[in-house]
Amino acid sequence: MSPEAPIRRRPRKTFDWSSTTLAVAVVIAAAVVFWRDGEARFLEILYSDFRLFIDILPKVLAACLIAAFVAVLMPRDVVMRWVGAESGLMGILIATLAGVICPGGPITIFPIAAAFVAIGADTGAAIAFITSWTLLGYARILVWELPFFGDEFVIWRTLISLPLPIVAGLLARFIAGLSFPRKGGG
Amino acid sequence: MIYFVDGLLWVIALGLGLIAASRSRAFLRNSAREGVVDCVRLLPRIMLGVVGSGYIAALLPQEVVGRWLGADSGFTGLCIAILGGAFTPGGPVIGFSIGAAALKGGAGAPQVIAYTVAWALFAVQRMFIWELPVMPERLVWLRLMASLPLPFLVAGAAMLLGRP
Repeated sequence: MSPEAPIRRRPRKTFDWSSTTLAVAVVIAAAVVFWRDGEARFLEILYSDFRLFIDILPKVLAACLIAAFVAVLMPRDVVMRWVGAESGLMGILIATLAGVICPGGPITIFPIAAAFVAIGADTGAAIAFITSWTLLGYARILVWELPFFGDEFVIWRTLISLPLPIVAGLLARFIAGLSFPRKGGG
Repeated sequence: MIYFVDGLLWVIALGLGLIAASRSRAFLRNSAREGVVDCVRLLPRIMLGVVGSGYIAALLPQEVVGRWLGADSGFTGLCIAILGGAFTPGGPVIGFSIGAAALKGGAGAPQVIAYTVAWALFAVQRMFIWELPVMPERLVWLRLMASLPLPFLVAGAAMLLGRP
């Protein structure tokens, strides 16, 4: 298969109903904060969140680039064989492992997972990958969870969460088989 | 640690870029352009989500949330913890600090685990900002349905093990 073969990706709208809902919630919350806590608090939140936004920007750009490269570079037959519809439990295990070792937080995972689905990964595997990344990803655990909770809590939380991506992946396949008959591949 | 993660992410992006460049210059240019365009399209939403969510989080009474997750709150407490996790706005700082504060304030470990897991899996705001715009809708709903039992499973396992 030619690596240059065109890929149909979902067009991304900049703004739609979900953003509008969030925008309304944000405007109301900001107004309440301004009215209840005063201008100083309002500006303080604005500054600190703006700094967070600047922090996030390079991650977002890197994730979008990785997703774009993966979409064109990954040989589709390899993706289909490893994590495709026929990949069985192995596909879910591979996806889980990939979720554990991939760097970055939840911000980076969705475009990359979508890119894999677009080139033939199975939804169950994609969901195992996302679940594994959100629950077992080392970046999130080391950067965020450990400082807040301490090691005993985090170690047990992680051990208990180990099988969850597999459960989610298998369950997703089961639900997909029940109620979402496939309409041709992505 | 944050820089390490950022760095690794960029090493992967650059590595893939090099592989793309080895195919052809145009190949690299086209895919890089697509990545950048995607990123720019997402910016307004991220801006809204990150800069705006601080205000939503500021309205959240943290002590009250902590009390709801009390050790003897039982199954109801568990459900509240899971719902609370899903609807916790803001970035990781908010979610983890509420969980940690609740734990220090005497909340049950299974409830706090269920809270952090639910928050990691379902964060409604993240779903709006990220998942729905960048993934096929079917995948998002499937993921939500398949993840529904997970917080209950972790809480159950934590109760059975009696840890942490």
